[in-house]
Amino acid sequence: MKARAFEYVRASSLQDAFEAFARVSGDCCYLAGGQSLVPSLSLRLQAPAMLIDISRIDELRGITLADDMLRIGALTRHAEMLTSPEIARHAPLLQLAAPHVAHPAIRNRGTIGGAIALADPAAEFPAVTLALDAEFEIAGPEGLRRVRAEGFFKGLYETALEPGEILTAIRIPPFRAGDRAVFDELARRRGDYAIVGAGIQGRVAGDRIESLRIAFLSVGPAPIRARHAEAAVAGHALSPAVIAGAQAALERDLDPAEDPQTSPAMRLHLARVLLGRLLGRLGEHPACKGAHA
Amino acid sequence: MSSRIAVAVTVNGQAISAFVEPRTSLADFLRNDLGLTGTHLGCEMGVCGACLVLLDGKAVHACLMYAVQADGQTVQTVEGLSESRAIADIQQVFHERNALQCGFCTSGMLVTAHEFLSKCQDPSRAEIRDALSGNYCRCTGYEAIVDAIAETARGRADRAGIPSQAEQAAKSDAEETPS
Repeated sequence: MKARAFEYVRASSLQDAFEAFARVSGDCCYLAGGQSLVPSLSLRLQAPAMLIDISRIDELRGITLADDMLRIGALTRHAEMLTSPEIARHAPLLQLAAPHVAHPAIRNRGTIGGAIALADPAAEFPAVTLALDAEFEIAGPEGLRRVRAEGFFKGLYETALEPGEILTAIRIPPFRAGDRAVFDELARRRGDYAIVGAGIQGRVAGDRIESLRIAFLSVGPAPIRARHAEAAVAGHALSPAVIAGAQAALERDLDPAEDPQTSPAMRLHLARVLLGRLLGRLGEHPACKGAHA
Repeated sequence: MSSRIAVAVTVNGQAISAFVEPRTSLADFLRNDLGLTGTHLGCEMGVCGACLVLLDGKAVHACLMYAVQADGQTVQTVEGLSESRAIADIQQVFHERNALQCGFCTSGMLVTAHEFLSKCQDPSRAEIRDALSGNYCRCTGYEAIVDAIAETARGRADRAGIPSQAEQAAKSDAEETPS
């Protein structure tokens, strides 16, 4: 299918983009990588009067470490998560999640800012930003603001972005010695949307997990932090009993909806299986080995 | 009808200037305006991989971008890759291995194989399957395609005199075993 006709504007700056937005009174979409937007226009799920191409705005590019935060420009492509030495060093959870994002050719075009702004509940990066305690830089005609991932994802494709605003960067506290990241998901085929997925970043002290953040994708209308499961693990060595306790606690964190392929009970079961595997892997960290000895 | 926009793009080494409607996908532009029908349109929603082209050297879905977005960039289609003989060995092995039946998916498969083999010289079958996860083939069952890509990789390594991981492992085993 083909998209309905639209006007096209290539913005050379954020200001340019905001002016174009105002000109069509918001009857438009910002176009970055386009890997979700273009199919949605082809299927005529959306039919804006204008596309504002923000993919050539320099302010949205680059990966830098400043003020003890890793800043990832919104136009950073998924493929770069796999190849960037800065990501590998300072945000390895993103690198672990990236191979699960769609397929290679989609990763060559799709951008992290687009993935966060769209907030597909089955997408990997939104959940990962929750596990990383990331914050988002958001620009609007009135200036710049920052919103933590925690308060950003409101519901199904619903975020804290106001009409006209552009997510400009993701800011992440850099990975430190003693941090440990794991990610995995269960999908019917490679590249398919996950039935359930999760990312965990934990901090190890001695033989214990001092603190951790567990975020799930594909189990609700938005990415979800599993706080009860976190509480069952924090402060403990990763013994089989502690892992089982976290798995049991998931019931209080997740309330998956019925869908044609997967019942809520099955999804919760799979979430527990996945959590068990991931915590097991978290425990393989050299500093945790003592727990099993 | 929205106004047409000027686009300057290099396609298969040739500088092209054209006026296009913003909603014209790169795939439709290549096929309808330039007559490069080797780029196939299957799903038109980024799932089947038949429309893959190289944009500035990277494999992308020509159905998931508009021609206007390619302004100032370089596109290589399967025709360009074929004429430059960049994929001649892949094509030859696809033929020998029967890695196509109807051939609809083949241009996309070749583009994926080309990009993948440029990054991964000695792939495992699992890595090849992973690389092909965004390319649908409804005829072959994929086995012959995986065979063809594995064989191309071996052929390239042999010609360059590089031993495969398996050969290196066998060699180091032999060296470690006291005779």
